[in-house]
Amino acid sequence: MEDAGFIIGSYVVTFGVIGAYAVAMLTRARRLARRVADEDKPWT
Amino acid sequence: MAPDHSVAGAIPPWRLAWLIALKDLRIEARSRVVVYQVLPFAVIVMVMFGFALDDDGIAQRVAPGLIWLATLFSLLVVVQRSFAVEAADGALDALRVAGVDAVSIFLGKALAMAAQLVVLELVLFVTAVVLYGPRVRPGGLALLVVTWVLATIGLALVGTLYGGLTAGFTGRETLLPLLVLPVVAPVLIGATRAVESALGTTGAAVSEGWPWIGLLTVFAGAFGVGGSLAFGPLIDE
Amino acid sequence: MSIPPDDTDITTAGTSSAATRLLGTLVVVGVAWLVAFGLLFSPADRDQRESVRIMYVHVPSAWLAYLAFIVTAGASALYLFRAAHSLVWDRLAGASAEVGVVFMGITLLTGMLWGRLSWGVFWTWDARLTTTAFLFVTYVGYLAVRRLGGTHQQRARRSAAVALLGVLEIPLVHFSVRLWRNLHQESTVARPDGDVKMDGLMLFSLVVGLVAFTLLYVWLVIHRQRALVLEDAAEDHGLEQALSDRRAEAALPGGR
Repeated sequence: MEDAGFIIGSYVVTFGVIGAYAVAMLTRARRLARRVADEDKPWT
Repeated sequence: MAPDHSVAGAIPPWRLAWLIALKDLRIEARSRVVVYQVLPFAVIVMVMFGFALDDDGIAQRVAPGLIWLATLFSLLVVVQRSFAVEAADGALDALRVAGVDAVSIFLGKALAMAAQLVVLELVLFVTAVVLYGPRVRPGGLALLVVTWVLATIGLALVGTLYGGLTAGFTGRETLLPLLVLPVVAPVLIGATRAVESALGTTGAAVSEGWPWIGLLTVFAGAFGVGGSLAFGPLIDE
Repeated sequence: MSIPPDDTDITTAGTSSAATRLLGTLVVVGVAWLVAFGLLFSPADRDQRESVRIMYVHVPSAWLAYLAFIVTAGASALYLFRAAHSLVWDRLAGASAEVGVVFMGITLLTGMLWGRLSWGVFWTWDARLTTTAFLFVTYVGYLAVRRLGGTHQQRARRSAAVALLGVLEIPLVHFSVRLWRNLHQESTVARPDGDVKMDGLMLFSLVVGLVAFTLLYVWLVIHRQRALVLEDAAEDHGLEQALSDRRAEAALPGGR
């Protein structure tokens, strides 16, 4: 596979960015959730 | 709907807008900030372009683009100034409390801004002719004037719109360029192409410039209407 | 009001629920399929050869970026024009915008990588690419406006207006760039979305990508929106706390 670097790189960039964003968002939410009363969380 | 007993309620909106425009222009006439500070800034920007480009042929070719770029940079400054005069004494809030509707404020301030910009662009045009040497073709004069007016209206509308949003609180002014520049890109494209046709700097015929007038008209219309609707929500604190 | 759990409680779930866990599992499966098909099972294109594989992540990203934009605009309109002015719409708009920015960034990056590979250039000034870049910047501006402060309703009104102005701006930008590029008589400009003739397996890989990414978008937006609920609640709670502290202070003997 020629230029495999670019192709693999695209996939790494794509899922790397999404993954990093998801992790950051979830951990931040978890920290926030501790400060908020359960009744304010209609999904639980 | 309850009868409007406010002071401003007795005055028709278009007249209110006119009065607001006159107020802004009067403030400028007294303080001369645009004349003594923004104009020199704009001229210096044009000189800087000359330094950066370092090639008379290229500079003449891209002169229309440089004029509009310098206009855009100056727009940011003029917008900040337009709302700084309001924020100083809470004047905008006072207008709102007196019952002046958001549309009148929007159109009035945009009108005053357009008037100032028109003068600024004239100076920039003359500067460009002096520094870079393009000539106006006789057939291109009408196109030039129409472009000049329409583009200015569009720029003033957008500037007033986002200027209102970002005015006042510290740390908001830096947001203005980020919001305004992407939105006025069509004006930059259209006005530059139209002026290129008017001057013939890129070899374009005058007739090729008129379609861009259509774009500038649509732009001005869209933001005239859209801006009038959006201004209220944007400035409400 | 019940006592909020203290900071040492590590069992709070955050923004997860049974539904999102299920959805998340589907997303992982979908992404795995996408990677498998995109990188391994699907064939190389006749003209573009292996670089077409980038399309399987680039096109879904672009699709989601535009979908996110539409959702933000729609939610903003629903917030503004409905009498209730429910903050639910505002938070949806904000969540979708943030997720949209992420996908738009990915779209631009993968598009540039594809361009470099296929045509040797990172960037062309064609209308679609340029408009995507403008959409990206407009979004960043929108997110900045959301952070200007004030009450939740003030934030919601401002941002909704800015989002709807964006709906006005983007078609104008797209149209003007297209008019502009037509001047340069561009013949077969390579556009990352290709006019690639896709055979069965390639088309299937693309569809897998679209489905996986759509599920991913939904999952991300649900979490982000819930996080916004938490942010708003925490802010309100903080404000109430400050007010009651102040009142307690004032009630002390010797206090003002």
